[in-house]
Amino acid sequence: MKQVKKPRTSNIKFPKALTGIQGFDVITDGGIPKNRPTLLLGNTGCGKTIFAVEFLISGIRLFDEPAVFMSFEEKTEELIMNVNSLGFDLKKHIADNKIYLEHVQINKGEIHEAGKYDIEGLFVRLGAAIDKVKAKRVVLDSLDTLFYGYDYQVLRSEFKRLLTWLKDKKVTAIITGEIGNIFLTRHGVEEYAADCVIVLDNRITNQISTRRLRIVKYRGSLHGNNEYPFVIEEKGITVLPVITDALNQKSSSKRIVSGNMQLDEMLGKKGFYVGSSILISGTAGTGKTSIATTFALSVCKDNKHCLFCAFEEAPNQITRNMHSIGMNIEPFVKSGKLSFYFARPTLQNLELHFIAIKKIIKEIKPSVVILDPITNLMTEGPNSDIRSMLTRFVDYLKREEITVMFTAAITVGSIERNPSDEGISSMVDTWIMVQDIEVEEKRLRSLCVMKSRGMEHSHYVREFDISNKGIVLCPIIRHTNGTSKDLKRRTKENENLSTSKKGEEFKESAR
Amino acid sequence: MNKKLNVKPKPAIAKVKAEATGGDKYILRLFVTGILPNSVRAIRNIKAICELNLKGRYELDIIDIYQQPSLALSEEIIAIPVLIRKFPLPEERIVGDLSDTEKVLKVLDLV
Repeated sequence: MKQVKKPRTSNIKFPKALTGIQGFDVITDGGIPKNRPTLLLGNTGCGKTIFAVEFLISGIRLFDEPAVFMSFEEKTEELIMNVNSLGFDLKKHIADNKIYLEHVQINKGEIHEAGKYDIEGLFVRLGAAIDKVKAKRVVLDSLDTLFYGYDYQVLRSEFKRLLTWLKDKKVTAIITGEIGNIFLTRHGVEEYAADCVIVLDNRITNQISTRRLRIVKYRGSLHGNNEYPFVIEEKGITVLPVITDALNQKSSSKRIVSGNMQLDEMLGKKGFYVGSSILISGTAGTGKTSIATTFALSVCKDNKHCLFCAFEEAPNQITRNMHSIGMNIEPFVKSGKLSFYFARPTLQNLELHFIAIKKIIKEIKPSVVILDPITNLMTEGPNSDIRSMLTRFVDYLKREEITVMFTAAITVGSIERNPSDEGISSMVDTWIMVQDIEVEEKRLRSLCVMKSRGMEHSHYVREFDISNKGIVLCPIIRHTNGTSKDLKRRTKENENLSTSKKGEEFKESAR
Repeated sequence: MNKKLNVKPKPAIAKVKAEATGGDKYILRLFVTGILPNSVRAIRNIKAICELNLKGRYELDIIDIYQQPSLALSEEIIAIPVLIRKFPLPEERIVGDLSDTEKVLKVLDLV
């Protein structure tokens, strides 16, 4: 319930009613059509009722608009109990005469039909209910039960009459219905009847379920056409209108140190840009997490917040492991400077991880977010999906001016370039590659800056050593004194066009 | 044992008889919406049916839910017009303008 923007109800704009559902009001540019009925379709258990209830509750809380909820399925007591877990206190609103719940009993089979009829009885009841609390918002949940009870042909025409009736009553209404049974597939009732049609969907891919929302139709208004993932959490529904995040990106010229002086040296002597994205890629055991932790530690020492999202190791394992290389992160964890988000990638899908992370970000407002490793998340779903999600996430972080560091594990067979790296590397600002190389029968860790947008950076491959004093970088080859002799380095750099080539050259010269 | 068996059936039989004699009348309620065509037809039809089949042994209330909307709620009414047989039990409901006389008679147990 964040978007408490002023409803845009100027005469040029299509009048809309904010739903108060996070994200939804953004993709619809202000909510659902005001004083008109909206169809909310979806299968069982995809969140229709919760969506509808949240819409009503927001109306009461934000705009003091009384509401009517007509339930054809749940009994009122059940409904009160069910939504109570989401923090919606219907009882209180009932006591305040702000909401009126009515359960409509439909007994199929007990009703005999003899001649023509209509469902005016429902209209009368609805009218009485609306008058009772002077309702501005109305929900009918769900019409399917009604349709099962009576003759389909009668109800079809009555449904259209209901929509007109609701418009005449000048209430903003949501009518829920199951998808595929009555609406959308058969005869396309909704095609012309409703002004706005929203479809909710609960899909399961790789045993992980994702709820998605799509606006099928919205007369008189522009709207996002995509399917938007959404989650139902303890505070209601959050829709992810992530595309909008890209709009207000900021590009800061401020710098943030990496926590390692030699690495800063390689990055134009100043470290990363604030709000940039950094990729650390490398094979297993090359020290990616160590670099990330060094960075985290330096952020914490600077008295800023850091969020460490661990997808591989548990937080206390990281604490222990980092202790062994002289980095004591425990005090910062205790003081709350360093927060952990730990979850198995398979626990839920990537989008949900990002939602969860975003929530934490909103709470603790970190200046740095670390994702370690991002490749573990990549196992879920097809790659293009992941990349777009990651892009949106990075866009979001950039907008918030949060520096993000990913680590990515690449397989030994594809040291040079990894397809998944390719994907990410185009969207990161700084790409640091760590790998194992052999120098004189010795296995060395090496580090090089593959790219770093907008800054002068070293093209050298450095030896990179992890000891109990942390990370130390040093020149790799004895016969070049790269670090001190800047001029010499420059000439050397000019000779080599690509860094990867240079790595090979070093190897060769070392043999 | 014997005593109980002898005592129990007697009042039971008596009760059933009393009900059968006392509640001989049909109690019918027709819910309508003002003078909408379906309602007008339903009123005409039920009156005709009652006069023909239940002369002298029925009570028919015609209730306009426009006038008494609260009854629509308490009687769980959605479809209109609707005829509710309150007695004899069980309660039966027939929706529609009652133009299908055969069906009405069948549901009301009058054939």
